[in-house]
Amino acid sequence: MKLSLNKVVNGCRLGKIKNLGKTGDRTMDIPGCLLYTKTGSAPHLTHHTLHKIHGVPAMAQLTLSSLAEHHEVLAEYKEGVGKFIGMPESLLYCSLHDPVSPCPAGYVTNKSVSVWGVGGRVEMTASKFMAIQQALQPDWFQCLSDGEATCDETTSIKRARKSVDRSLLFLDNCLKLQEESEVLQKSMIIGVIEGGDVMEERLRSARETAKRPVGGFLLDGFQGTPTTLETRLHLLSSVTAELPEHKPRLICGVSQPDEVLECIERGVDLFESFFPYQATERGCALTFSFDYQPNPEETLLQQNGTQEEVKYVDQTKKSKTTSCNQEMTSFEINLKEKKPSGKH
Amino acid sequence: MAAVASPTSLESAPRIMRVVAECSRSRARAGELRLPHGPVATPVFMPVGTQATMKGITAEQLDALGCRICLGNTYHLGLRPGPELIQKARGLHGFMNWPHNLLTDSGGFQMVSLVSLSEVTEEGVRFRSPYDGDETLLSPERSVEIQNALGSDIIMQLDDVVSSTMTGPRVEEAMYRSIRWLDRCIAAHQRPDKQNLFAIIQGGLDADLRATCLKEMTKRDVPGFAIGGLSGGESKGQFWRMVALSTSRLPKDKPRYLMGVGYATDLVVCVALGCDMFDCVFPTRTARFGSALVPTGNLQLKKKQYEKDFRPIDPECACPTCQKHSRAFLHTLLHSDNTAALHHLTVHNIAYQLRLMSAVRASIVEKRFPDFVRDFMGTMYGDPTLCPSWATEALASVGITLG
Repeated sequence: MKLSLNKVVNGCRLGKIKNLGKTGDRTMDIPGCLLYTKTGSAPHLTHHTLHKIHGVPAMAQLTLSSLAEHHEVLAEYKEGVGKFIGMPESLLYCSLHDPVSPCPAGYVTNKSVSVWGVGGRVEMTASKFMAIQQALQPDWFQCLSDGEATCDETTSIKRARKSVDRSLLFLDNCLKLQEESEVLQKSMIIGVIEGGDVMEERLRSARETAKRPVGGFLLDGFQGTPTTLETRLHLLSSVTAELPEHKPRLICGVSQPDEVLECIERGVDLFESFFPYQATERGCALTFSFDYQPNPEETLLQQNGTQEEVKYVDQTKKSKTTSCNQEMTSFEINLKEKKPSGKH
Repeated sequence: MAAVASPTSLESAPRIMRVVAECSRSRARAGELRLPHGPVATPVFMPVGTQATMKGITAEQLDALGCRICLGNTYHLGLRPGPELIQKARGLHGFMNWPHNLLTDSGGFQMVSLVSLSEVTEEGVRFRSPYDGDETLLSPERSVEIQNALGSDIIMQLDDVVSSTMTGPRVEEAMYRSIRWLDRCIAAHQRPDKQNLFAIIQGGLDADLRATCLKEMTKRDVPGFAIGGLSGGESKGQFWRMVALSTSRLPKDKPRYLMGVGYATDLVVCVALGCDMFDCVFPTRTARFGSALVPTGNLQLKKKQYEKDFRPIDPECACPTCQKHSRAFLHTLLHSDNTAALHHLTVHNIAYQLRLMSAVRASIVEKRFPDFVRDFMGTMYGDPTLCPSWATEALASVGITLG
């Protein structure tokens, strides 16, 4: 894998990642996004319908939360999750969690991390985690990490420190196990930057993780409400400044267009693409121009617009998934209305 | 006051069906329908799409599977979004973006099956809309008016539908009323050159009533006939006898549409009895319950036995689902909250039905339909002699033995 930067403008990195995939001949543009999947399939879409869409991302995101409980089936299948899900030609990145459905906090220990599937909790030590990755055989995977420093309202320094320590320990264990596995030589571990909202810990996490032979970095713990991202942007810049230029930076939990742009300006390369799914679940269609005018007057008008549109969210149908509790944004129109409102 | 059209006052309706081959033993025929949106090979299975969409797949996918005619429900579309809006969207074809043929029903059947508060009078059926609580009268005239606005290639008369398990004078009343309503539909039909109005034979499970209905309705020169009032809760023994009676009295040069039949065995038997067209929600509905149709019956893919079954649903099937996916993956997906699993099965099940009808047709054209039937029953039941007795009797009645 080789990341070539064409240029950097106002902190935004433009480039290509080459020599990707099992055959080493695939390429991805950065900035870029990953195809969001649930249990190995784009939500609601068959392969046939998905490929009627122009510009499907070259790399799909799989989640361990949807696949971990099936690892025995995959191990017996032997040929890797890409082929199993009917996407043999796609690049694959395996994250720990599903960005849309947050999992219950409080289950990370010094020795294990848990994910929640349909059958309940799956607890993973480093060795179980790597055994699962061995069955999946993704191109990239997020390393086992402690992402719960930002789960509480306020992060304690102690908790932030613990998230960094644990994640580094998991990383070292996983790297060691990777050396011992022939199958996993072809997969790349993505190191996870933790540290909650504590600058010192964030910097420590970035510097220490960068010392390890990881293929790229995942910036964890920046997700939340729009306001929390706002407050963390400064932290984000500081973190990316510590990371090597030639390795990709991924961020999880950020998918709304305005937030994506803010993160690109702060040195992030790759994003999840679950925002379309969330809009779909509330019966809304995305309609927005790609002109981004970050001038204060316009932003104020935009914000006022958002306030008004929030009233139109359909209250009559409450879905089980947390995705539907999200409010409608200014990037969409609600098709259930008689005359859909929206900016355009 | 019901208007009565004189049977001889009509010009000859176009012959939309061309019989290409006939089985020398049974009543099976292979044919071709000439419809405004293109030819359709028969026997044909027509998938059902409620509310202008096939549940689970797009119009494009349906087209890719080779479907050339499918159903739209007048009841749902007549209420919501309503014929005026659909007319603005260039008819149902434009609204659905479906380039091939459409058949709409009258809205009558949904009244019996979906609406608890409906009242039938000579005028029509009065019912309460489940969407906005408004009271509506669906008369023969209104049904045809809605279907004229929808622009479907085949439209159905409004019939007075009674459950097949009903007995007594109501059945007779419904049969005679259906004849009167047929005449009112014919009189109200504004576009006989663009849309083919089919009559629907009623009479329940009473041979005399059905015979009367056949005698009367065949006097009206409509382009095609449907056999209605069956495929409810009646026994299969009664069912096949009414189908056989109907096909024996229907003209050979017009299509016979048997409504609501969709199980594979039923399709094969009823082709033998002389039916050309079929519709049923079964394949699409059963897909949404995780069931995949195969020549030996069906696979309940949610079951544990498929967890590590890495074969496709059917190795002989050319549908996109079978080309790309294993039973094990579909099993996994069915246990998730991703609805894509149901769409995969819908695609496969429709492909299965269409492929079955293709195979039936080829066997008729190639003069080996009786052998096809024996093979089919052997695959489905393990041995042709193990096929259900009603099917054995029905086939025997048209000269096909399974032993």
